[in-house]
This record gives sequence, C-alpha cells and structure tokens, in this order.
Amino acid sequence: MTTGTFRIWRGDRARGEFQDYETEVSEGMVVLDAIHQIQAESAHDLAVRWNCKAGKCGSCSAEVNGNPRLMCMTRLADLDLSEPVTVEPLQAFPIVKDLVTDVSWNFEVKKRIKKFTPRPPDAPDGTWRIAQEDIDRVQEFRKCIECFLCQDVCHVLRDHHLHDEFIGPRFFVHVAALEMHPLDTENRLEELKNADGIGYCNITKCCTKVCPEHITITDNAIIPLKERVVDEFYDPLKKIFRVLTGK
Amino acid sequence: MAQASDFTRHEHDVLIIGAGGAGLRAAIEASAAGAKVGLVCKSLLGKAHTVMAEGGVAAALANVDERDDWKTHFADTMRGGQYVNNWRMAQLHAQQAPDRVRELEAWGALFDRTPDQRILQWNFGGHKYPRLAHVGDRTGLEMIRTLQDRGIHMGIDVHMECTIVRLIKKGDRVVGAFGYDRERGHFRVFQANAIVLATGGIGRAFKITSNSWEYTGDGHTLAYDAGADLIDMEYVQFHPTGMVWPPSVRGILVTEGVRGEGGVLRNRDGKRFMFDDIPELYKNQTADSEEEGWRYTQGDRNSRRPPELLTRDHVARCIVREVKAGRGSPHGGVFLDIAWIKDRLSNGEEHIKKKLPSMYHQFKELAGIDITKEAMEVGPTTHYVMGGVRVDGDTQMSTVPGLFAAGECAGGLHGANRLGGNSLSDLLVFGKLAGEHAAKFAKQQGAGGFDKEQEEQVQAAARWALAPLERQASSAGGEAPYAIQYELQEYMQDLVGIVRNEKDMKKGLDTVLALRQRAGNVVAPGNREYNPGWHTALDLDSLLTVSEAVARAAIERKESRGAHFREDYDSKDEAWGKTVLVIRRGRGGDMEVTRETIGEMPPELKTIIEENR
Ligand SMILES: Cc1cc2nc3c(=O)[nH]c(=O)nc-3n(C[C@H](O)[C@H](O)[C@H](O)COP(=O)(O)OP(=O)(O)OC[C@H]3O[C@@H](n4cnc5c(N)ncnc54)[C@H](O)[C@@H]3O)c2cc1C
Ligand code: SF4
Ligand code: SF4
Ligand code: FES
Repeated sequence: MTTGTFRIWRGDRARGEFQDYETEVSEGMVVLDAIHQIQAESAHDLAVRWNCKAGKCGSCSAEVNGNPRLMCMTRLADLDLSEPVTVEPLQAFPIVKDLVTDVSWNFEVKKRIKKFTPRPPDAPDGTWRIAQEDIDRVQEFRKCIECFLCQDVCHVLRDHHLHDEFIGPRFFVHVAALEMHPLDTENRLEELKNADGIGYCNITKCCTKVCPEHITITDNAIIPLKERVVDEFYDPLKKIFRVLTGK
Repeated sequence: MAQASDFTRHEHDVLIIGAGGAGLRAAIEASAAGAKVGLVCKSLLGKAHTVMAEGGVAAALANVDERDDWKTHFADTMRGGQYVNNWRMAQLHAQQAPDRVRELEAWGALFDRTPDQRILQWNFGGHKYPRLAHVGDRTGLEMIRTLQDRGIHMGIDVHMECTIVRLIKKGDRVVGAFGYDRERGHFRVFQANAIVLATGGIGRAFKITSNSWEYTGDGHTLAYDAGADLIDMEYVQFHPTGMVWPPSVRGILVTEGVRGEGGVLRNRDGKRFMFDDIPELYKNQTADSEEEGWRYTQGDRNSRRPPELLTRDHVARCIVREVKAGRGSPHGGVFLDIAWIKDRLSNGEEHIKKKLPSMYHQFKELAGIDITKEAMEVGPTTHYVMGGVRVDGDTQMSTVPGLFAAGECAGGLHGANRLGGNSLSDLLVFGKLAGEHAAKFAKQQGAGGFDKEQEEQVQAAARWALAPLERQASSAGGEAPYAIQYELQEYMQDLVGIVRNEKDMKKGLDTVLALRQRAGNVVAPGNREYNPGWHTALDLDSLLTVSEAVARAAIERKESRGAHFREDYDSKDEAWGKTVLVIRRGRGGDMEVTRETIGEMPPELKTIIEENR
C-alpha cells in the first residue's frame, strides 16, 4: 500500500481553495474511489456527484490534473502519484460546492431544441422499417451520457462564456442525432445558424478529444451540420438543385 | 431550527417521486391526461438506474422468432418467478410490453435492427425465444433519454436533486410530500392530489452491489411509513455476473448479454460447470451439449438454450458452489469467457466489440482486460429487489388511497425471481398505468388540502431531518453516518445474502435493530449545503427499514424459492407455493409479517402455463 495526496478544491459559490488530503491507494483504484475514501475518512461533507461508477451515467465529471475527465474512469495507476493529484470542478459552469457545479443551463438549452417529429409509420401495424446501416451514424450520437465534459472544454463556453448564443458541442451532437434520424421530418437549420451559434465553432476538436464515449463530435456531428447550414443559407444553386432532385 | 424561509412550496395534481424509466413514463402519461405534474429525483435528470441497464427490454414482438407471443412471455415470467408472481400483473405486462416498446420507437428511440429492418431481439436467461429489444448493450440509456426528451416538451415540472423523506397524510389518504434539495439543503413541501412512487430499489443495503448511492429503499420506506403493505421482500436478486477485480470495481455489472452472445462460465480448471446441475423445471428447455448451446446463441431456432442462460438465482448459486468448493478464479469468482467465440466466428473480435461495446470499454478501462482476448473474472452482485409496495395490478394503487407505485419499488410482477429484460418492460407498462390512474384519481378526488395537522407533520419531518446536523453542537457520543452504513452493508451481505439460514438471519435482524438504535444518534458534520454526510445520515433510516423487512420476511419463509435460498430448507415446499408474505407496520409501531394466500389464477391463464411446460 502507498499513500496518495489529493489536492481537492473545497469551497462554495463565494470562495474556495485547494486542500490536500492523504489517503491510502490500492490496486485498481480510480479517482472517484479516492474521493469517496477521503469523504468517509476525513471530509464527510465533501460534495461530489456520482451514480454508476462505470462510465455510464455521466455524473462524476471533474478536472483531474487539469483535464476534464470522468472520475470513475480515471485510474490512479495512470497518474503520477509522486505528485499531488489535483481534482477540481468543471470550469465552464458556476460552482455549487466543492466538486459540484450548476449544470442546469444544459437542461434549459435542450428544451429549446425542436422535438423529434417522425414521418408516418411505414407499415399498417404502425411501425417503421429502418436499415441498420441507416442508423449506425445516429446511434453513435445517441451514446452521449450527458457528462458535459465537451461543454466544459469548449473555449466558446469556457473562456468566452457565450452561453446565451451558443449551445455547445453536446447539443450539436443532440441536434445532429435528430437531424440525421431516419424518421425525423423537422428542420432545425435556421436555429442552428442563429440561436444555436454553430458559427462560433472553429473546429478545434477539443470536444472530441475529451468525450468519454468516443463520439467523433466534430467530424461526424458538427462539420456535417455546418455543411447543411451552408447549403441551406449560402448556396442557392445547390439549394435549387436539391429541390429539383429531391435530395 | 427550521425557519419559515427554509420551505419552498409546490402544488401539483400528480407528484411523481423518481425519474427513472417508471417515473418518467408515469409523468408522460399523467401529463398527457391533462394533469399538472411534478417530478422529483435525487440525482440530476437522466442519471437514474435506468440509464445503466444494458441488456435490453423484454417484449414479445416476435420479430426474430415468430413463435413468440405474450402467452409464452407470460409463462416464462411465471416460471422464472416460481409461480408466486401476481399473475394479473404478469399478464398485463406480457400483453402490453410490445406496444410500449413500439411507442418508444415512435418517440425517437433507435433499436438495433433485423435484416428485414425491424427491431432486433436477442437471447436472455429464462426467456424461451430471443425477446430483448436492445441497442447494443446500452438499452437503458436509449430508453431514459427517449423518455426524458419527450417529457421535457410536455410541461412537466422537474425538481432535480431533491430527496423526499416523508409522505404527508390526511386521514387514510396521501396529500403531499416533504423533502429537501441537495444544493441548499432547503426544505420543499409538495401538495398533491395523487402521488406515484418510482424510486427504484434497495441494493445499497448490501456490500457488493451494482446499485448507486440512490438505491436506499426510500420508496419502500415512504410507503411503509404511510401505512402501505410491502410484499415479497425476501426476494433479493443477486446477479450472477458482477466484476470481482480489481477490488474497487467489485460489484459493477457485467451484462447477461455476454452469455446471450455465447459467453460461457468456467471454473479454475477450465471446466464449463453449468452443465453439472440443471433444475428439473428447466430440463426440457436446456441444451444437453455444448454444441447445441452454441447453436442456440447463434439463432438456431431448433436448439435449446445453454445452461449459462438459466435464471439468475440458479446461475448465481452455481458460481457460489464453485467458489466454495475451491474451484474459483484467483480473486474469488469464476471465469466468464466470450473471447473463445473466435474459434467459431472468423470475425469474433469485431463481433464482440460491435455487440458488447460498453462491456469492452468497461473491462479495458477499469480492469485493463481485453475481453476479445481474455476471460473476465465475475461473481454474484446485489442487483435488484423483487419485493416492493403491494399494488393493484390494474391501477398500480397501493393499499393507501392516492398512493401509487411503479417500477422496481413496486412488488408483485416478478415473484421470486426476475428475468433479465423484464424490468425495463415493467417500467414502461406499469409506469404508464400508474401515471394514467394517478391522473384519474387526482381528477376525481381533487386536492386533499393542508390543514393544521398536515403542517404539523411537515414540522415534525423538518425537526427529524435537521437532527443529525444539530447533534454536532451537543456531540454526545454520536457516530458518523458512513460507519453505520458500512456495518449494515457488511452484515446484510454476510448474514442475509445469497445463501441463508435461520441462525445467521436472526443475528442479522438483531444487528439491524441494534444499528437502528445507533443511527438515532448519528451526527453529520458541516452545514446544509450539498452535504453528502448529512444525506447519508438521512438515507440510513430507509436502509434500515428495508433491511429489517428483508430479514424478517426471509426468516419467515421456511423454504427455498427463486432468489430466496436457505441451506436449512434447501428445497421448494408446495405449501409455501401459494403464500405471499406481507409486511406492514403493526399497531404498536413494530414491523409485522403476515402470510396471505395468493388468489386463484383464472383457468385461461392456467392453461397457458400448462401449454408452456
Ligand atoms: C447496472 C444495471 C444494469 C441493469 N440492466 C438491466 C437490463 O438490461 N434490463 C432490465 O430490464 N433491467 C436492468 N436493470 C434493472 C433496471 O435498470 C432497474 O430495475 C430499473 O431501471 C429501475 O427503474 P425505476 O424507474 O424503477 O427506478 P430508477 O431508474 O432507479 O429511478 C429511481 C428514481 O427515483 C429517485 N429517487 C429515489 N429515492 C428518492 C427519494 N427519496 N426522493 C426523490 N427521488 C428519489 C432516483 O433519484 C431516481 O430518479 C439493470 C440495473 C442495473 C443497476
Ligand atoms: S470543435 Fe467547436 S464545439 Fe468543439 S471544442 Fe472546438 S469550438 Fe467547441
Ligand atoms: S458528447 Fe461526449 S463529452 Fe459531450 S456530453 Fe456527450 S458523452 Fe459527454
Ligand atoms: S459515476 Fe457514472 S459516469 Fe462516473
């Protein structure tokens, strides 16, 4: 057994600072285990969110040594324990307490996005026929666990705080899932361009790099959406062509 | 002391406690019926257990095997539950599950497809035909997200990170609820014409568990405290395959889908031990050679299922047997091998990654194991509680007027053992019925209203909730909540766990009662803002209540049936086969267990069971 030092941000909306905690480290532990151990041993009121402990619920997002991570999927064996491990809350959202941030903005954003609107059923029994290859792409987007790590890392939100004008990578993934859904008939391109601020994204791919679900956010969701927006609003020829050919 | 400003007040026609599959489905239904709906959950929206469900949702769509129909699903569910299920619920569940699944698709869920472009279904333990509609191994996520996204456009008021600790009653009827929000620790008072409990399970009462911090049996306890009946509490499901190594991941689930895809269980000597003991009830339906079992997993309709796909209680006990006999894996489990299918399928590795992507990642990232190349080490983990609030099969109303329950916190559907995939369908079918009937009740009965007496109940609840924080000042020898929780989990696991006997369980019960005394003195340091120590102190109350209920019912049932296995009564007893154990608060305030005879099944359902022997 060895001990590890965890430099954890403690505080509330008003103020806070890093505090060091030492705890024993054993084989296979992840950062979340260390946090829980510290909570049980010496910081009973240390605030942290978690549920599944298996990378499935997206609750335990934080910044570990400065990197946005799921604490339950960050193994201590992969960190340098000769130095203190810093654990701090997400930076793109207001702090509630310790490692917990106020992510309610994300829930509000989603309400604004036009809902799923399917075409009429294909079969008399009220069901649809869909080929697997037509949904593989959308299924990728639907893997999102709403951990908001991508939101945290995107400079438009993190540094420029354009929360009022920009929905962030998580919701581009969501809109892409709706727009590319084989049954959906709604059109969300106008909002993408105006209200959702897709133009702010300059495709740095930081969001893709941190996604624990390995969703290719930029290449598969954002770029195709940008192309659709361009087609729709800036390329009249293509548009006429599409109307004529029905494509 | 609680100040008036500590209380925020809300009024709803229907209040739904719990935002997993059952709660969301109920909320959608009640809202569609025109009710003003409030939805409360302990975590953020979308993080409930339903999100973790992997394997799929059971529904006799008959897309992969046209021989399937609701009758077979009904018979499978009853057999799995060892015939103590509420047969009316089992019937409605089997009949309505297909529509509930198709409806999800209409709301945007994208299930995996068959070659003819319909919803694909796969094999799971205890189901005669491939019946689980799924999305790889992340079906729960697809389900909860679909419901969540539909719900947000219906004007439901969502109160996230809010925990209900008491129901408020007027006479017999429930008229409201009291809770606190995590963020500020402020109190919330809800007035409601009808309430639906959809709080999930109790798995945190045990040490090795697949369940999150939320699963402390709150709904069970709220109902019990309000005077409702609990049934079937002796039946706690231990899923046969949880991770066992490294220690910090112990208990995390390994989906049954692994076995459905051809994964096999082996002991230390490499022997496939599941063929050694096949229960009489399942002899006709189980493969008698490895070859036949493999063909079944690959969709051969004329083959029977491999013994790895027997019911969970049985597989869990076989694993315990191997471990006890010294034939286990190095870390106290057995081996689950899916990598071997490479011998049979040329694209085996790709196939595994495609079919079981989240299992692949889970092992790779948490245990450093590549499941396409190596076997996993697995062992039983506390997973699900069959027992819960007793409800009327058609309306989901409990024995307390205005109080409904659905999903894992309701009892009856699964009897002595739940089949995989039958929980997700349970949530949809009974979530809908609960929402529908709660809205109806709310409309017919109107608001119960709060008088002085209800306000007193609120005040009493507030005093109770603040006590652990206030004890800091007096600090009269109180303990920290985590220590008590930990002890409870240890004792329940050891004494009222997978293999039970009278002596241990009595000791377990005594321990629970002693811990209850100590919990009355628990101290939570810190203030009211987002304070997990305080929350744990409050959760202890429900953990202790459900632990006591499990222990009492398990002591009472002197036979082995389904998930309830006793070494001192190691077989099934016909006389017990028609008995259900009911738990309620007695007049003196103590917990009482009574035996009731299960109502006679109508002849047409009996016939279905006979035809499916
Ligand atoms: C890892 C895992 C894998 C599984 N895989 C499958 C599968 O493949 N197929 C299948 O059919 N089943 C599966 N199950 C079982 C299934 O997921 C659960 O039984 C089911 O999701 C329970 O749903 P529910 O709606 O009843 O409760 P949950 O989804 O757990 O929701 C409970 C809700 O109640 C809230 N709550 C609890 N107490 C309170 C309170 N006091 N105040 C306010 N809110 C409260 C919680 O915050 C939460 O929102 C799995 C379970 C686990 C843990
Ligand atoms: S690629 Fe776009 S959305 Fe992603 S982080 Fe960069 S700017 Fe943000
Ligand atoms: S897209 Fe990826 S990083 Fe972003 S919220 Fe979803 S899972 Fe998290
Ligand atoms: S606890 Fe669920 S993702 Fe970490």
